[in-house]
Amino acid sequence: MSRLNDANIKLAREIIARYPRPKSALIPLLHLSQEQNGYITREAMQHLGELVGVTSAEVYGTASFYEMFKFEPVGKYLINICGTMSCALMGAHELMHHAEKKLGIKAGGTTTDGVFTLAHAECQAACTEAPTLQVNYRYRLRVTPDDLDRLIDNLRDGKLNEEFPPHGVLSKVRQSIDASRAVGAKAPEDVNESPVWLDGKAAL
Amino acid sequence: MTIVDPIKEAAPVDPNVVNITINDKPVVARKGELIIAAADRTEDFIPRFCYHPRMSPVGMCRQCLVEVETPRGPMMVVSCMTPVAEGQVVRTATDGVKKAQEGVLELLLANHPLDCPVCDKGGECPLQDQAFSHGPGESRFVEEKRHYEKPIAISDIVYLDRERCILCDRCTRFADEVAGDALITFTSRGNDTQVLTFPDEPFSSYFSGNTVQICPVGALTAKPYRFKARPWDLEQTESTCTSCSVGCRTVVQSSRDELVRYQGVDIDPVNWGWLCDRGRYNFESVNSPDRLTSPLMKNGSELVATSWSVALENAARMIRLALAQSTNNVAILGGARGTNEDAFAWAMLADKLGINQRDAQLGDGLSPEVFNLAQATIDETCAAKTIILLAPDVKEELPVLYLRLRDAAQKRKSRIIEFSSRNSGLTPYVWRTVGFEPGNQAQIVREALATPEMKEQIARGEVVVVVGRSNLAESEVFTLQALGEVLSAVPSAKVLPVLRRGNVRGAVAAGLTPKDNSGDAIDILNAAAAGKIECLILLGVDPMADVADSGLVQRAFTQVKNVISIDTMINSSNRNADLVLPAAAYGEKAGTTTNLEGRISNVAQKITPRGTSRPDWMIATELSIALGVDIGVSSLEDLNEKLVNSVVAFAPSSDAKSTHGDGVLMARETPVTISGVASKVTDRNAYNYRLVVSRTMYDSAQSTIASPSLAGIITEAAIFVNPLDLARIGVTEGANVRVGADGTNIVIAIKADNGINRGTAWLPFNHTGVDIRPLLNIASDVVDVRIEPIK
Repeated sequence: MSRLNDANIKLAREIIARYPRPKSALIPLLHLSQEQNGYITREAMQHLGELVGVTSAEVYGTASFYEMFKFEPVGKYLINICGTMSCALMGAHELMHHAEKKLGIKAGGTTTDGVFTLAHAECQAACTEAPTLQVNYRYRLRVTPDDLDRLIDNLRDGKLNEEFPPHGVLSKVRQSIDASRAVGAKAPEDVNESPVWLDGKAAL
Repeated sequence: MTIVDPIKEAAPVDPNVVNITINDKPVVARKGELIIAAADRTEDFIPRFCYHPRMSPVGMCRQCLVEVETPRGPMMVVSCMTPVAEGQVVRTATDGVKKAQEGVLELLLANHPLDCPVCDKGGECPLQDQAFSHGPGESRFVEEKRHYEKPIAISDIVYLDRERCILCDRCTRFADEVAGDALITFTSRGNDTQVLTFPDEPFSSYFSGNTVQICPVGALTAKPYRFKARPWDLEQTESTCTSCSVGCRTVVQSSRDELVRYQGVDIDPVNWGWLCDRGRYNFESVNSPDRLTSPLMKNGSELVATSWSVALENAARMIRLALAQSTNNVAILGGARGTNEDAFAWAMLADKLGINQRDAQLGDGLSPEVFNLAQATIDETCAAKTIILLAPDVKEELPVLYLRLRDAAQKRKSRIIEFSSRNSGLTPYVWRTVGFEPGNQAQIVREALATPEMKEQIARGEVVVVVGRSNLAESEVFTLQALGEVLSAVPSAKVLPVLRRGNVRGAVAAGLTPKDNSGDAIDILNAAAAGKIECLILLGVDPMADVADSGLVQRAFTQVKNVISIDTMINSSNRNADLVLPAAAYGEKAGTTTNLEGRISNVAQKITPRGTSRPDWMIATELSIALGVDIGVSSLEDLNEKLVNSVVAFAPSSDAKSTHGDGVLMARETPVTISGVASKVTDRNAYNYRLVVSRTMYDSAQSTIASPSLAGIITEAAIFVNPLDLARIGVTEGANVRVGADGTNIVIAIKADNGINRGTAWLPFNHTGVDIRPLLNIASDVVDVRIEPIK
């Protein structure tokens, strides 16, 4: 089953209630779904469509726009090696070859034990620290082939569990919002209160 | 001498008028209008792909760039997203604009295949045309173009060639904004962006054909037209669709004397350019190999081809024989399929012969007195503050009216109050849905309209009641009572009658309706079943398939001595007829038709009638001569003149030629009123289920079955109940159950439907598989059934 489980449905309803229109909650819900299943399944998209009142096609259209939503199973650790200019000059291609050899998979593939997925990435906006990579979107900078070997071994041995939660876990979904701040399922034009800025001061 | 005060005398400034100049010529625009829309009224064409006047602008394609003067010099803006402003100076053909437009076109063509010679759109393609008129002429692009699997079927009817797509958002916008079926969307991003459906959820919209028509390239094509013709070989003529009674304006296109395509024509009062898929694609039935090509006469137990002279002679003999005893021995059923002229010719013939028993409705319509209430047009309905629906599911029966009502509810802030026994296609868009159990309609309407909330809403402004038959298993009396209740609560309300048969309103107005208090279609069938009708004339109707009470029809047909059928094909009613006269089909005859609001517009002839088939009016004329009561008609013009001069309702139409375009409204008689009638509540045994029987868009109608592209879409018959009732009956979805009423049983699959109240069951009418009609009895007010699991 890849529909949301009961606990997540409860959370999903809470998230939906934070927005003026239910469908605004779609992206957080996609993250939630990806956290539950590791990737976005067809059933999940259909279920989210039901929850926020849009068609499955619209959910798919939204989800497929974003790189971070995966439509196939992804390993526990997703390693994105940057291959854009600065990193390429500083040895990113060699790093990728090394990683492919070390893991025994090609870029884009997942190891048979389901632990690692290796992928090319475009610029990660840390050019001064090239070459860079991300494990589950957490940075590692100025990576040498030796660093990479050690990183992979440590990940496999569970020594870095604190720093790298499994793929799909996103702390942002877990943020809580005070009930008084939630807009609720109300159309924006029906909301009379002035907007509240993030620092809590009323808008001028 | 008076002194003129220049300030007072100056014409008042209309706040809604904005004066701009386009290419140095003054243009008067409406406040809020887009530059491109204002420019469309001048001779300066601005190229465009994504802009469509009936949808909101999105600025996707950037082709409509123009220069607007600003204090900092000319600025390039997209004219489909920029509203006009007082004193605005717009230039559409400067060097800068040309360079920008050429640049955009070059980029659009970068990935667009140059397969125009094999593309269906070639010859009528906006991209092709505008590449010639506004393009650079040559491409600098030498790299490999993008490739996709081609084509992919995104529904039973529509195919998609993604490599031709220029991502203009027209089809996806139409699906979401106009049809409300957002089943196709943009997926992925950047260079990978493509229009797709959700995997395994096809674009099964009733309006999918419109996306093919508005696609500015050949990315979307429709199965019925793919590789059938080239646009420059097409001949076309403007006409009105008669598949249902909305009366959408179409252009009928043919190639080599065969219909190949209908396209929607944008007229303001009716269809705004849209068509439903059934109306758009059922032209295939006109080309069907099953069309009759010569008269058929019964010889023993078989129908054998014969000549017109023999057939007419025999028809006259049958009618004369029956009339010799009494004029009540002959009856005419049908006429709603034809033109106003067809109906009028038959009505004249009936008048001459004294045949009073005639009816263009088949017991599932409304009493003609509804047409004499204060009438509303479609436009008036959609502009009303409150729309009350006592109607069938308009999405199923009158699809384009659904588009208009949906638009009214979504964009025009009309509020719809729906009274219904089950959720309809409009339910998601209505303001309030009030459910009722069949039989309780009038009482529920009275109670609902008396609540303070409804009273407040009704007091806000104009009210229009959309009234039709929502349930074939419920007596017409209840609908009329409910209408009476609305009209006593809101005496100023206007009425839009929604009867589905193509030209039913015209046929009734032209005289194919019971005369001098003689009985309606059901009375005629009852009389026939009692052996009182000798000769029954079927004018393009198939009562065996179309009348809810099949038992009654069968009894009637076994008793009638002679059945004369005028039809385009053999059907279940004329299979055993004594005489079948082949009729010209839609597209094969000219005339006028009347839509549900009483709008008379022309129907055009595009191709020659199949074989020796003839228009209904011609058959009536020749029959009148054979019977020695010449109705004095020698041409369509003759007939139209007679119609206009002798039937008040048609007086303004003057003649068929003047009814091009928007058409004209029927002359309205002084409205009568009906008032509230005491409603009657029939109790239901709590173990039983009360039936709702209604039609869907794709049922086994002859024109659908005979259209290969549509025939496969018709679904199997099933009974639908609330999911909780499914549990109560003790079966799972899809299981077969026994459904019984009055000693008649049928075995049918059962399905769950959240839109149905507990205790009610929905049976779609005339679907394939199990025949549900044995359960229906037209004499009873409502039908209650038992549903039992099969052990």
